[in-house]
This record gives sequence, structure tokens and C-alpha cells, in this order.
Amino acid sequence: MASTLFQKVWDAHTVRRLPTGQTQLFIGLHLIHEVTSPQAFDMLRARGSRVAFPDRTIATVDHIVPTSDQRRPFIDVQAEAMLSSLERNCREHGIHLVDLNSGHQGIVHVIGPELGLTQPGMTIACGDSHTSTHGAFGAIAFGIGTSQVRDVLASQCLAMEPLKVRRIEVSGRLQGGVYAKDVILTIIRRLGVNGGVGYAYEYAGDTIDAMSMDERMTICNMSIEGGARAGYVNPDQKTFDYLQARRFAPHGDDFERAVQWWRSVASDAGAGYDDRVVLDAAAIRPTVTWGINPGESVSVDEPIPSNADADALAFMGLSRGQTLSGTPIDVAFIGSCTNGRLSDLREAARLVRGNRVAARVKALVVPGSQSVRAAAEREGLDRVFTEAGFEWRGAGCSMCLAMNNDRLDGTQVCASSSNRNFKGRQGSPTGRTLLMSPAMVAAAAIAGEVVDVRQFNGVEAGVAS
Amino acid sequence: MPLERIHRISGTGLPIRGENIDTDRIIPARFLKSVSFDGLETHLFEDDCREADGREPNSHPASNPAFFGATVMLVNENFGCGSSREHAPQAIRRRGIRAIVGESFSEIFFGNSVALGMPCVSAAPETMQALMTAVENEPSTELVVDLDVMTVHSNWATYPITLPAPARDAFLSGTWDATGLLLADFEQVRAVADRLPYVSGW
Ligand code: SF4
Repeated sequence: MASTLFQKVWDAHTVRRLPTGQTQLFIGLHLIHEVTSPQAFDMLRARGSRVAFPDRTIATVDHIVPTSDQRRPFIDVQAEAMLSSLERNCREHGIHLVDLNSGHQGIVHVIGPELGLTQPGMTIACGDSHTSTHGAFGAIAFGIGTSQVRDVLASQCLAMEPLKVRRIEVSGRLQGGVYAKDVILTIIRRLGVNGGVGYAYEYAGDTIDAMSMDERMTICNMSIEGGARAGYVNPDQKTFDYLQARRFAPHGDDFERAVQWWRSVASDAGAGYDDRVVLDAAAIRPTVTWGINPGESVSVDEPIPSNADADALAFMGLSRGQTLSGTPIDVAFIGSCTNGRLSDLREAARLVRGNRVAARVKALVVPGSQSVRAAAEREGLDRVFTEAGFEWRGAGCSMCLAMNNDRLDGTQVCASSSNRNFKGRQGSPTGRTLLMSPAMVAAAAIAGEVVDVRQFNGVEAGVAS
Repeated sequence: MPLERIHRISGTGLPIRGENIDTDRIIPARFLKSVSFDGLETHLFEDDCREADGREPNSHPASNPAFFGATVMLVNENFGCGSSREHAPQAIRRRGIRAIVGESFSEIFFGNSVALGMPCVSAAPETMQALMTAVENEPSTELVVDLDVMTVHSNWATYPITLPAPARDAFLSGTWDATGLLLADFEQVRAVADRLPYVSGW
């Protein structure tokens, strides 16, 4: 019978049906970081348990790392304590830690794919909601809480209930200046921030097929912002090409055998879905959030709707009927697991080249990983940014959630390529976040206000490749 | 480790109105800078409290002494969305809350709460409106969440609640901490690992 990738992967990883009615699901890859794992290791110790499959867990440090001065010990004692604890736990349990000296450290959802850890047909869990990113490779990947991190450490399994599958078909050609970020913001706006509860999203259609792996990751990354715990794209030749020769991907004959298996897990033609949604790519415009959740967005040239939530608008200092274009910004942030990859930095740099950051704007670029940073430097992107007045930082989560020193002050407005515009998200309880594509952030940094990247400075915006 | 079997939770209520209340609001990220969950309860809804109390003292229920000692939290739609941080239900549980009644919950938040033995049960919007109003008018209103008969009861009325069967069974049978269950048949776990080409070798 024709089935979906979700169903095939779920079945292949099912251990048994638990007395509670849930499924015991084997987790093929477990990623951990310093914020949500220390308590899990304590719980494990309290039970006297060991890590069941130490080589199926990989650790890195991303949330709390300073992106300016990374010398140890960190000046921030709490951050230092968290990293030390991760190092100790990894040593004690034989877990591989991709640390600051590795040259590969970075945001967990950036380095998993980069190192070839993320592969089609896997189940992947991490104590972080944006684990959905890894679905871009045709994996079933979802975020878990700390007690579940303990469960995976102890048993390599989770007790789960199956998700329904909604197929989201995007077809047509994106306009110049419209990016994967605009596509996913539009999907979330249309289906709502809780529209995906109970579902995994399968993204399909020729627009998604035409996207690079980086762009597919941007889409899958924000599935959770639409309430869907997992989101995925069926693996194809692009997926396999991306994985070829990556460090943890299979090599030689193994790679050929792997490709066979990877192809076999893709959804079959004629598979049944619990729901289907169709979207026209050509109608999508550069999108910006006006409110305090990622579903509260409009096109940059579209008035804020007349039924927009009054409290959210009051918090943001915006009003109904106003367009976002022209909104002054104080800070511009390019980075995060949504848009901190090389292609994002390239596109932003293309717009920045030869321009200057507006006088009162603080602008920073935080590459998603050390590898992204090094690759960008080889292309000279760092100089493009620094010459324009951007700060060029080390890899980490940084101002996406402000657990390091990068944060908003007071009621500052930030044009951000990250994924959450929640109140307080960027470190100031009254700070305000406008989510948009990295190209739009770059344009806003230079103009000092939100601008339509399609008309920016005479630069013709690129077509998403 | 034998776990408590959870059938009934009773006590006073803590009404938290609003849709899509995310975990960054429940516990802002700056309070996650610790290797333990200790003391999180003191920062529950801290920024929301400061914002509301700046307008009018004690106007946020979480900082209003009238609601201190509550054991049942009342919420609206999509509560606990956003970040997967278990710090959010931990902060709530450590504040003394033992059950949450709401219109709906984010899945990750719901699952994290199960693992702490804190049921998140769903009720109709009208029920939430009635319960919240009752508790706001009279904070000493006694609420009873009953997982045996699947109702929530206030002084005056009884309303139906829902909870997916697996979670309900886990609470009633004291198996809400999944680790024991997951380790019960480890041979089968190994068998699945051996069957997966990317684990056992291509
Ligand atoms: S970049 Fe932001 S959303 Fe992504 S893992 Fe880090 S904190 Fe979470």
C-alpha cells in the first residue's frame, strides 16, 4: 500500500506498543546542547542509569556561547558552568562533543546537516523545538523536553503518539526578493500558529523541489512556529548530493546502498494524507511580522489588518492600517538556525556590498556555525559586512534568544532573521522583534528602516535559487 | 521507582487569560542559565507580571497574593507554545500547580507536563470562561479535576474535560514517567537498532 515517508519511518522505528497505548519509538540520532541536557543527566544519575547508545548522541554548545570573546573560562560564570557541565557529562558517558576547538561547533540544527549526521529516514530528537529543521532531509525530527532527553539517554527511545500528516504543496515561481523565509511565514499566517498541532507537515510541490537544502531547512525549521512538531521534505537527488562526502555520512559503496534506502523511504505517489493545502508561490511577497507571534505577519507593502490584535499592536507600537515599510529599526540581526547558513549570508552580503549601515543601527551577523563562518571568510563576506559597519561574530544562537550578551535594550526594534518574535525573546522584556528574510534584514540595516527588498537601492533582488 | 497514581487534583485556581502564551513568557530565557531547575518558580511569568504590575500592582494573577497556594491553573488556547524548554512546566509545577485546565495546549508542553505528573486537561471555551470568572470573582473557589470521571468541578457546576487516553492511563496507573516503561523490554530495542541499516551498518 502506498504510504507517506512519515508512516514508513515511524513503522521502521517502532519498538512496541506500550501499555499506555503510546508507541515506543527508537530514536536514531539524539542531539544535545548545554541548556536542556544537564538536568537530564542528573535525572539519569539519580536513577543509576547509563546512556544506552552513547554513539547515537552528539553534543554541541550553542545557546550560551559568547559570540565575541570565546576564550575559556567565559567571563559569564553561568555560561561557563553550563559548558563545563556539558563537557563533564559527555566525558563521563562517552558522548562526542563538537566543541569550540573543533572548527565545527555551531547551532545544533546547523551542524547536524553540515556534518552529515542528519540523514533521510532517521528519527531525530533534540531538546530544542527547532529540531524540525532536520526534516529537510526526509527525517522525522522533533523537539523534546528534558525528561524526554533523559528517556532517550537511558533507552534511545521515546513514548510517542503518532502524528497526522498534512501535505503542503507550494507551486509556481517565487518573485525576485522573495525567499524560503517568506514562504514559511506565509504558510504560518495562513494556517495559524496552532494550525499544525497534531500534524507533521510534508512540504512538497515544484517550488519546494526547486529549493536548495538550505532553503528547505529554513522551511522545516519553522514548522514548530505553525504548531507542527515535525516537518519534512521527501529526499531527492539534491539531498543525496548534499550528503555526499560529509563527515558522518556513509562513504564509498555504503553511500550507494544508503541512497537506495533513502529513496525507498520517500512518500509513495498515491499515499493518503490527513489533509492537503495548496499555495501559489507567485503570490507570496516579502513578509514581515507585526505582532508577538510568528503568525502575525503581513507583506511588507500590505496594511496591518483591521482585526489585528490590539494588545500585540500596543506592545509593538504599531497600528492597524499601517504598512511596515518605513518602520525605523534600532538593531539588525542576521543569524539563527532559521537563516544563519552560508547561502543566507551570501544573499545578505550581495545587498550590503558597497553600502553603509544606517547611523543609529547596531547590526550584527552571527554565522550559524564555525564552518559557515570559515566558508564565508574564504569568500570575503566578512569584509563586505564589516566594511559596511556590521559586526562579524563567532558562531552561536546569540540574539535569537539572548542567553549570551547580545540582547535588545529597552523598547528597541530589531529586524531579525530568526524565528520567534515573542515578547522578551531577544532579551529585553519590552524589546520588539520584526521577523523577515535575511535579505530584508540587510536592506533594513542599511536603510535604517524596514524596506521592500524588491525596490532596495536599485539592487535587483535575487531569485531564490 | 513506583510513581504516584494520579486520580484527582483539588484546590484553588490560578487563572491565566490569553491565547498562544509561549514558554518564553512562562519563563524567560535568561532564567535558563543554570544546570538545575531549582528556584525557577520564583521567575514564573516574571516579565508579564512586571509589565502588568507596572500598570497596576498585583494585576497579574501570578503575582497577586489572592491566588497564592493555587494548585489548578486555568488557561486558554495553545498554551505553552514555542520553545520546548521543560523549564516552563517545571516552573509551574514548582509553584505548586498540580493540574492545568485549558482550551488547548502545545504538544511539546503537554508531553513535558505528563513527564512531571502534571495533567493538562482540555475543556470547552465556555467552560474556561465560566471557571476563570468564578475564580477571579472568588479566589477561594475550590476546583476538582477528576481523571476517573473526566470532569472539572467548581463550587457550582461540573463540566466535562478531555485528555488523550494514553496520557490518562499513564496518570491513573502511575506510569507517567516513561523511562521505566521504555527500558522494560530492552532486547526489542536492540532488535530495532539491528534492523536499521544506518545503525547496524550499510
Ligand atoms: S538559533 Fe534560536 S531558535 Fe535556533 S536553536 Fe538557537 S536559540 Fe533556538
